[in-house]
Amino acid sequence: MFGKRFTFPGGIKPKSYKELTKNCPIESLPEPKSVLVFFHQVIPTGSSAVPIVKPGDKVKKGEKIGAGEGKISSPVHSPISGIVREIKEFPHPVLGRKSLGCLIENLGDGETALLPENLSPWEKIREAGIVGMGGAAFPTYLKLNPPKPVDTLIINGCECEPYLTGDFRVMVEYPEEVLLGAKVMAEILKAKKVIIAIEEDRKEAIESIGSKIKSQNSEIKFQLVISHAKYPLGGEKQLIKATLKREVPSGKIPYEVGVCVQNVQTTFAVYEAVFCNKPLYERVVTVSGDGINKPKNLRVKIGTEIKEIIDFCGGMKDGVEKIIFGGPLMGIAVPSPSTPTLKATTGILLFTRKKEEPARDCIRCGRCVSVCPMHLLPSILYQMIKNEEFAKAKEEGLLDCIECGCCAYTCPAKIGLVESFKMAKAYGK
Amino acid sequence: MENKITVSFSPHIRDRVNVEYLMFSVVVALIPALIGSVYFFGIRALIIIILSSLSSLLFEGLAQKAFGRKITIGDGSALITGLLLAFNLPPNVPYFIPIIGSAFAIIIVKQFFGGLGYNFINPALAARAFLVVSWPSFMTKGFLPPRFGSLSGIDGITQATPLTLLKDTRLMNPTAYPKLVSQFSSLPVLKNLFFGSVGGSLGETSAFLLLLGGVFLLINRVIDYRIPLSYLATVFFISLFHKIFFQNAVSPLFHLFSGGLILGAFFMATDYVTIPITPKGRVIFGIGCGILTMLIRLFGGYPEGVCYSILFMNVLTPFIERYTKPRIYGR
Repeated sequence: MFGKRFTFPGGIKPKSYKELTKNCPIESLPEPKSVLVFFHQVIPTGSSAVPIVKPGDKVKKGEKIGAGEGKISSPVHSPISGIVREIKEFPHPVLGRKSLGCLIENLGDGETALLPENLSPWEKIREAGIVGMGGAAFPTYLKLNPPKPVDTLIINGCECEPYLTGDFRVMVEYPEEVLLGAKVMAEILKAKKVIIAIEEDRKEAIESIGSKIKSQNSEIKFQLVISHAKYPLGGEKQLIKATLKREVPSGKIPYEVGVCVQNVQTTFAVYEAVFCNKPLYERVVTVSGDGINKPKNLRVKIGTEIKEIIDFCGGMKDGVEKIIFGGPLMGIAVPSPSTPTLKATTGILLFTRKKEEPARDCIRCGRCVSVCPMHLLPSILYQMIKNEEFAKAKEEGLLDCIECGCCAYTCPAKIGLVESFKMAKAYGK
Repeated sequence: MENKITVSFSPHIRDRVNVEYLMFSVVVALIPALIGSVYFFGIRALIIIILSSLSSLLFEGLAQKAFGRKITIGDGSALITGLLLAFNLPPNVPYFIPIIGSAFAIIIVKQFFGGLGYNFINPALAARAFLVVSWPSFMTKGFLPPRFGSLSGIDGITQATPLTLLKDTRLMNPTAYPKLVSQFSSLPVLKNLFFGSVGGSLGETSAFLLLLGGVFLLINRVIDYRIPLSYLATVFFISLFHKIFFQNAVSPLFHLFSGGLILGAFFMATDYVTIPITPKGRVIFGIGCGILTMLIRLFGGYPEGVCYSILFMNVLTPFIERYTKPRIYGR
């Protein structure tokens, strides 16, 4: 009914497992007894927010506790009303090192602090501490201040990682809010066109957004684009290629081709900040995997220990071996059930023990080459890295790797391809 | 609970396809042609296949033990080499031939270079080439007439392969050649060629049974369509042009279904280890195989060119790969 399906060359089609949670309406997790909010909520290369509260201070829900100072940083707010118990370094789940966190004990007082009324939409987005909620966590206000003109805003509703359905549920339940958020961002960007991209198997989301798009009465042109269900379509570069046939130059970001891409939940958070003056202190998280008793989509306060979330979902099954923040293809395995969630935590997946096959020698089958969405030669890159030829690997596109994991997923010899690319990139820095 | 949690790099899920899945899919795909070879050439064919397969597995294990490598005879790759080598032998070869061939394929071509993934030419084809130069009489005269039906109508042809007969007649009996060409382009002969009731190496005679396996591999995405398609298309077009521009040329279909072309295009020119990993490189590889095969068949000293053309292209693989890298996104 919406014409041809959009796609890009390469990629994989793993089993989606979305049926576990796609019909689970968003539920709110009861207020946690305490939260551990990290001041570092942006991308790893960004800088931490600076604490503006101290132990013993009483804070309201939504009150700013960390100021966004530094080049890539964003303010942090208290997700609950309570008392600051501790501010010290805790192990950060994504940075892989200790980082400053704020432990707040819930006092059960429901009063909420709102953003100042007299701010412009862009200032509200900055003050609300909104970051890319698809997993990348780049500060949204920076993304909405492009150095070059942008003609198209793409709302990324592809959610191509298996298991995750949070963005899907937001689109099903809050289509008007998402469209309003998109409109605000398009106005800030002075973009003439908004594309909302959804994968073809998300029928309810397509219907929900589609029916509301028709009633849009705006100078900005809204377009619903339905794409093939393929991973990693949600990757910015793949999405831009699929929907607009534009290629972001190597080493550059989407502005170069006049595009800005924003995730669905980021868009929803923009709506809440601009229209309800609400800072970003909670988000929808998909709790799923074969290790959880009752998979759910939950609205969770940032900084909630995953133990509480797991208990609310009927507890974990015996033999859970891995807890993952995000999807199974790019998500990060966290070391303990006491890890707190972050602004960019899209999902919490619990996987039970599976026999992992040991890696062996490459048989040169070329499957990694055929799935690489960046058209790299993963097996050759791997060989170069093994031989410590880092300069050569860079020439062959090591830094163009988006770490989507398609190559490692598909490798019949079970070689840790992405793993070696990540380590080589880190080594090169 | 906490101390049992694993922290490892993404991706946290893997495709179920592993090396065994790929290799044993090829073994399964070879089964129709295997049954066909026993049907056409009798129990002797089965004995050669068993000897070749078992000795390949044995030599793989022994070589790996000798070189201190992990024993991986269960991965299916040695079994494929054994089967393919047997498929490339005339049905009447002495029984030591498959054993010597396996030893050459596995020990010298495969394990000397580092085992699966490191050999630069196809082991089964290299062994066949080695056997042809070492025991030419066994390798070129050991053909048996198929038990059921044959090329029909021409005396003595059942001892040779259609391609041998074509080349020998052209060179030694030019007066009989036009008649043979028209006969070989006729429907009954093409039908026998397609279904396999002709003389030839054990597993190469039935294009039909090999195609069954080849299509199975394509559907299951075990092999890439690029090489078989570009290889067969090149052979088809060259033989078509040959037929258009030269008198006394056989039908392009004769070239497609005779010799080891189908076997080579689907099962040997697709051997992962020795072909380019780049998509464009694979197309060039297939075209190269096609051109060389037809050059050898039409102008060369051998009646059949599949084996040598694939081996030659194997050697060019690193070179092709270097010049056919895909353009990186955004560059």
